[in-house]
Amino acid sequence: MATAQSEQVPATLPRAERPGMTDKQMLVNVRGLRFCHGDRCIFDGIDLDIQRGRITAIMGPSGTGKTTLLKLISGQLHADAGTVEVDGQTIQELSRDALYQLRIRMGMLFQSGALLTDLNVFENVAFPIREHAKLPESVLRKLVLIKLEAVGLRGAAALMPSQLSGGMARRVALARAIALDPMMIMYDEPFTGQDPISMGVLVSLIRQLNDASEMTSIIVSHDVTETTSIADYLYIIANGQIMAEGTPQEVAANESDWVRQFMQGEPDGPVHYHYPAQTLEQDLLQSVRH
Amino acid sequence: MLDSLARLGRVGLAMLASLGRAHLLLISILRGLPSMLVRPRLLLVQIYGVGVLSLLIIVVSGLFVGMVLGLQGYYVLSQFGAAESLGVMVAASLVRELGPVVTALLFAGRAGSALTAEIGLMKATEQLSGLEMMAVDPVKRVLTPRFFAGLISMPLLAALFSAIGVIGGWFVGVGLLGIDDGAFWGQMQNKIDFDEDLVNGVIKSLAFGLVVTWIALYEGYDATPTSAGVSRATTRTVVQSALAILGLDFILTALMFGG
Repeated sequence: MATAQSEQVPATLPRAERPGMTDKQMLVNVRGLRFCHGDRCIFDGIDLDIQRGRITAIMGPSGTGKTTLLKLISGQLHADAGTVEVDGQTIQELSRDALYQLRIRMGMLFQSGALLTDLNVFENVAFPIREHAKLPESVLRKLVLIKLEAVGLRGAAALMPSQLSGGMARRVALARAIALDPMMIMYDEPFTGQDPISMGVLVSLIRQLNDASEMTSIIVSHDVTETTSIADYLYIIANGQIMAEGTPQEVAANESDWVRQFMQGEPDGPVHYHYPAQTLEQDLLQSVRH
Repeated sequence: MLDSLARLGRVGLAMLASLGRAHLLLISILRGLPSMLVRPRLLLVQIYGVGVLSLLIIVVSGLFVGMVLGLQGYYVLSQFGAAESLGVMVAASLVRELGPVVTALLFAGRAGSALTAEIGLMKATEQLSGLEMMAVDPVKRVLTPRFFAGLISMPLLAALFSAIGVIGGWFVGVGLLGIDDGAFWGQMQNKIDFDEDLVNGVIKSLAFGLVVTWIALYEGYDATPTSAGVSRATTRTVVQSALAILGLDFILTALMFGG
């Protein structure tokens, strides 16, 4: 699904030098982002752009800060240095009220679904609408049923979250995330722990919703096959840096050993199978001496 | 030696930081009062969860505590020929001390632990982050109604505990041990002062309600979002609440009745 324009962009060019891309085309601009947790820097000066109307995937091994990046974009965390701009607004400079106003136009699908466990499916989807739009009950009901129909769960409206399978819970969460027709939706590991059918349903839903609603989608995932099948643009991050970026085809053709190991899921390579340690012989001899 | 001092310093700083976070959270909770008043249903639902569901343990405990007071009081008072004063003794003990204190301890165990576990699990399952991302302030939406539900429920539960306790004492004293019914109620009516006994008891139970609910909500909100973290937070709620209730009771008693 990559556009011709994106295919012309060399992955190595700095953001400012990318031909044919204006700031208006970008919904999210990240510049010089630095974020540390204690002594460990999760991001150390990364630049990143998310183009409007497209599905951008942020991939990388577990623990590289993919979810943290979503939290930085949505203002749940604040960067130590650098800027995060969403729709022309710098997240760090927004007041709490302004941030909440911006979040009304953002949706987020959490890894766990994050459904409110004391509300049924209908009320979960109705929740953001009740909070932010004063609609008559009859209109609200129709709106919620349309959203549930979009994810194929209109028939599950009366069920409680505890009665849903993992895949169903994520689809309900997706219906809730799109309840207010956001400009952007962020998916945090949407495919993790899903059976093949649920996975297929989620993959096609994300693509359909993005195209039908002209939304911008950001997917954080380490499921290479599913993510590359729907993403228009990929960022591969590790060790606080962007290791590769480009269309799925460009990233697949990347010659870096690290990128190839990640994309092809090889057990050993630049990222070692074994956690750093002294040799096995040293360890075994040490235990004999003890 | 230096290591021990450094460790002590780190613990002290962590405690101060935690105390600071707790106070900031309390301010945020109180700021949510206007938005809660616009939607009183949120408060009513929580009063049911925190107060109504605690009724059974409060009523049963109140009854037995009153009955034990009746038995013990009769034994001591009859040695001085003052068994007729049993009503005063039971009522004063309950209204001034046992009502607020025992109710608060039971409230911490029943409702406080439930609040911490609920908030902690909401954090662990990303429900609080989900609210944030839906542009809904989780403190105003989740914590404020629970805080005021605790504050309102505690004095009512303590009053009920004391009332049921007096009935328990009456049942043992008058019903089983044969004290005069008129003397039991009459002396109670004469000696129990509205301001000194009842109002002070209500003030105590309000203070305990505030402290217990505050600790419970803070521990849940500040919990490490794992099963072990929520478990530790729940334990801390019960232990800290019990210590705070007993310490605060001494201070309040000294201020109210100390002279």
